[in-house]
Amino acid sequence: MNAPLAAKDFKSDYKPIWCPGCGDYSVLSSITKALATLGLRPENVAVVSGIGCSSRIPAYTTCYGFHGVHGRSLAAATGLKVARPDLTVLVASGDGDGYSIGGNHFLHACRRNVDLTYIVMDNHVYGMTKGQASPTTEPDWDSKLAPGGSGVREFHPLVIALASGANFVARAFSGDPNGTAAILVEAVRHPGFSFVEVLSPCVTFRPDQRTWKERAHPAPVAPTDDPARAARRIMTDDGFNIGVLYKGNRAPYRGRVPATGTVDALERRFELQGV
Amino acid sequence: MAKNQYAEFMAQAYTMELEATERYAQFAEQLDTHNNREVADMFRKLSKIEALHAKRILEEMGWPSLPALPAAFAWEEGEGPESAPLDALHYLMQPFHALQLALQCEQRAQAHFEGIAAGKAPKKVRLAAAEMAEEEREHVRLIQAWLERVPQPSADWDHDPDPPRMSE
Repeated sequence: MNAPLAAKDFKSDYKPIWCPGCGDYSVLSSITKALATLGLRPENVAVVSGIGCSSRIPAYTTCYGFHGVHGRSLAAATGLKVARPDLTVLVASGDGDGYSIGGNHFLHACRRNVDLTYIVMDNHVYGMTKGQASPTTEPDWDSKLAPGGSGVREFHPLVIALASGANFVARAFSGDPNGTAAILVEAVRHPGFSFVEVLSPCVTFRPDQRTWKERAHPAPVAPTDDPARAARRIMTDDGFNIGVLYKGNRAPYRGRVPATGTVDALERRFELQGV
Repeated sequence: MAKNQYAEFMAQAYTMELEATERYAQFAEQLDTHNNREVADMFRKLSKIEALHAKRILEEMGWPSLPALPAAFAWEEGEGPESAPLDALHYLMQPFHALQLALQCEQRAQAHFEGIAAGKAPKKVRLAAAEMAEEEREHVRLIQAWLERVPQPSADWDHDPDPPRMSE
């Protein structure tokens, strides 16, 4: 029997190149802690991402990784999980990658309810491309690129996830890495599509988010299994309720055809005719 | 019961030191990436010091590794009192800033142990907490002395005429 692994065993030798103080460092540390707590092994876990600061995460873990196309992490992860249900599949994204470019994949991943854990590091800004407003940016956030604010109402990912059928919905805060790790453990254990929105400040383009640590607080009520009640709570909270907010009972989609066959057989099946 | 509480207290103390070790190591890595070698080395040094404290607790308890903490265990503030806040770094920070951070961490750790020593825990726990508070007090003194040996930063220490990241 293999000895249990520590969080550091899930961290690769690549040094993250986020800005000093970025919330994503903390999310990485929460992911590695959660995987150690779950007693998993790197060879049994895949971390799939799209594009953006947060999507660098697969390279910083020792798990299998797929740094994919912008906004398409959920599509790749869905295929992987359906073909290899034995793997624990985590999907990492940001508010731009996940809610804008990948917005449609988000809706349908919730609806399909494949057993994935979707971790979105939300900093309400496109950090990698230098500070454009994202779908979760407040309409009055004044910046050089959106003088006076974008004037566009922000997206509400937790409610959208509930309405679309996600089976587990939680909000975490990167300033509490141990709390985030505990939420991730629950998310991975819960069957079906688990959505964890992590408020992860961008210290470079949103220094105002340093106040989040004063605003974040534990959700005052236990999670519900009633999506309508969860949605009402989320729509009326202050946006900083931290914890598991909804745990549903929907059976996950597992695919109806068992994933069997050799690589050769697959290659023959997808062979281009006449090439 | 008191024996269990003592073991639990020591496990928490170990966790606190371990989290501080990991945080400083993480800070060293972040500043390495941003080519601030001097402060990265200082954080590495601080990480090693905390690792020694953690190791000493394991040796004292005769534990090969940390026993499991109770499932409900969580720090009141989310993080251990000796862990520096994650958003405390700046790529241009100087050794003075790193030591100031370390000083605040040691002071929080000292207050944490003093609180337990003055509380209602079993005598064995209170005595161990008082001993650890004294150790932390000593660390506070050492860091204060260290701070006097490093240059104080100028008022515009974080000014960068060509910042690496700005909205264009």
